Amino acid sequence: MRILIGQGSCGIASGAKKTADAFAHQLQVIGKNQVVVDKTGCIGICYLEPIVDVYEDDGKLTRYTKVTEDKVPRIIEEHIIGGVPVEEFIISDSGQEFLEKQTRIALKNCGLIDPENIDDYINVGGYEALKKALTQMSPEQICDEISESKLRGRGGGGFPTGRKWQQVRQQKEPVKYVVCNGDEGDPGAFMDRSIMEGDPHRMLEGMIIAGIATGSQTGYIYVRAEYPMAVHRLKVAIEQARERGFLGENILGSGVNFDIRINLGAGAFVCGEGSALTASIEGNRGMPRVKPPRTVEKGLFEKPTVLNNVETFANVPEIILYGATKFAQVGTEKSSGTKAFALTGNVNNTGLIEVPMGTTLRQVVMDIGGGVKNGKAFKAVQIGGPSGGCLTSRHLDLPLDFDSLKSVGAMIGSGGLVVMDEDTCMVSIARFFMNFTNNESCGKCVPCREGTHVMLEILDDIVEGRGTEESLDMLMDLASTISETALCGLGKTAPSPVMSTLSEFKDEYLAHVIDKRCPAKQCPGLARLVIDPVRCKGCGKCIRFCPVNAIRGSLKNPHYIDEDKCIKCKVCMESCAFDAIEYVQ
Amino acid sequence: MEKEVIVIENATEKYAALDAFIEDHLEMAGNLIIILQEAQSIFGFLPREVTAHIAKKTGQTQAKIYGVATFYTQFRLTPIGKNLIMLCQGTACHVNGSQLIEEAVCEELEIKDGETTADGLFTLNNVACLGCCSLAPVMMIQNADGEETYGNLTKEKVVEILRGIREADTSAAS
Repeated sequence: MRILIGQGSCGIASGAKKTADAFAHQLQVIGKNQVVVDKTGCIGICYLEPIVDVYEDDGKLTRYTKVTEDKVPRIIEEHIIGGVPVEEFIISDSGQEFLEKQTRIALKNCGLIDPENIDDYINVGGYEALKKALTQMSPEQICDEISESKLRGRGGGGFPTGRKWQQVRQQKEPVKYVVCNGDEGDPGAFMDRSIMEGDPHRMLEGMIIAGIATGSQTGYIYVRAEYPMAVHRLKVAIEQARERGFLGENILGSGVNFDIRINLGAGAFVCGEGSALTASIEGNRGMPRVKPPRTVEKGLFEKPTVLNNVETFANVPEIILYGATKFAQVGTEKSSGTKAFALTGNVNNTGLIEVPMGTTLRQVVMDIGGGVKNGKAFKAVQIGGPSGGCLTSRHLDLPLDFDSLKSVGAMIGSGGLVVMDEDTCMVSIARFFMNFTNNESCGKCVPCREGTHVMLEILDDIVEGRGTEESLDMLMDLASTISETALCGLGKTAPSPVMSTLSEFKDEYLAHVIDKRCPAKQCPGLARLVIDPVRCKGCGKCIRFCPVNAIRGSLKNPHYIDEDKCIKCKVCMESCAFDAIEYVQ
Repeated sequence: MEKEVIVIENATEKYAALDAFIEDHLEMAGNLIIILQEAQSIFGFLPREVTAHIAKKTGQTQAKIYGVATFYTQFRLTPIGKNLIMLCQGTACHVNGSQLIEEAVCEELEIKDGETTADGLFTLNNVACLGCCSLAPVMMIQNADGEETYGNLTKEKVVEILRGIREADTSAAS
């Protein structure tokens, strides 16, 4: 019997480590040493964590959800000892459906195998693709196979992976590099973290195959320092792969050499951009440079470089092993395969999902995601993070693929999908992203450095009630200038959230600047404090507490607030014994 | 600039550890960030005399080192508290009220983003995204024992967590 407990960062944050310790300890106490307790990665059903899978010796699986420490004794007593599964804790049908409605390639093994045990990966066909690539295919054929699969980069740009590999392969320079971008900086995206934590070998295998195909001998993984668990599991995986001869010198006796090292990202969103990322690995400030030359010609250390993200590499073994044709059958004609999305925000079933390209937004949010939380109305989805845009209810039937999204001014980005309900203020969301890009702008080019700063100031004005209709024109003007003139992708796409919210929710912006009102009641700068004359007993307590003497009134008569003086500190509200002071829009 | 005298404890051992690391990585191309990361994990932050030391050992200019150290959010030029609170301000956390959590932390500890409490127990850092979006709002607390992630925070829960850490520290000290 084997017990597998999902311990990705998010599982651990839900208490999975404590659950695992409880299982290990309690099983030891009763002497059930033949039951193995192992860890696995994140299966993606985040809202049901911690998840515990019990495998009988005949392979029968029982999946328990929300297994906090206190539920462990019952599972041990009734199931492990008694042989009868605890019905009450077993995954609900909806949880099961959440998984069944997906098509998993990159996330195939996440949550099913122990990421720190290479044999688990090998048992599900791991490193078979590498063997095939080494023994049955020429580097040229590998590139062709990837090209035929129509695999496109999953990091945001959507550049055809096969063509990229081909271009690097053809460079005359003998030293080449393979770089994996694991600097998942989009706020609201965590699919790469899950792959690195849940199935690191799959990504390594993809990188090694890229090395063989392009004639490179060194690979770099650039992973965020904020992902300590991913870093640890990658290190373990690299060590194990070296021991088994999948990595290092003379791979599986083929005479091919390829080794991988890890570089920790030091926290800069701009390093997701290719030339900034390579500058960072070189030990410099991570600032993008003018292109051309492109990364495939002069990338890391001025050498030809294949740069792909984690999810892209994780798709490679599948293509090599089962063929390009089979892979291309999934998804749409121009966007083949699947895409992993991090489904978060105001949605019932949060988690990590992988669906064929071209799946509609409605299927993802309403069907798999189970609709909007707390029965509220769906308002929008933010896709592609700070570089992306928002999709509204009229986009619900839009297929999610590279080109359809581009046509409506959004982008697939790395795959963060943040669902927002009716209570979300779109102006404040736009301001949130502008604040993010402004902070993360590297400062090299003026349009991005100064432009995002000014746009942020205007948005601050709008959410604090100082905006005018002119502010909106200025925003649009700046937005188009920045996207046309900025040096890199970060700057060029920085205005996207503003442009897209401004075109989809113009009325909301107008309410802020003309009526000085926030329809979602989210912007504190537009709210005011009022005293309910019925509930106010005229005790004078708030008058004494108000730091700016904004409250007037005589004893035993209802008081009132002078709005011109009020600084909205809410001290009066907290001091009132009769709950007579309200914060209204 | 005002010169602050910062006394480094066990300086000899720390420098020895750093020197050994630099020695191992001297030939490696692009070693600067890796060396700075190691220096920060040894010293807890990057004191000026340490960056000067690295400059001497690696032959890189102090200006370049300062440029790199200030570019990345990971590097700190001032000491931090025993517990580093990394409060997630990612999109999902924002939509789920991370601002309210920040207010609660600031109120409880009487510090602002980037500051350290007077007793040196806590430092608060707002971070972009911890990648645990399904548990939003989230924070990670890093200390000598490693790091722990706390999810589905509420104002009450965050105050309780911080008080728990403070109590554990006080009882450990006595």
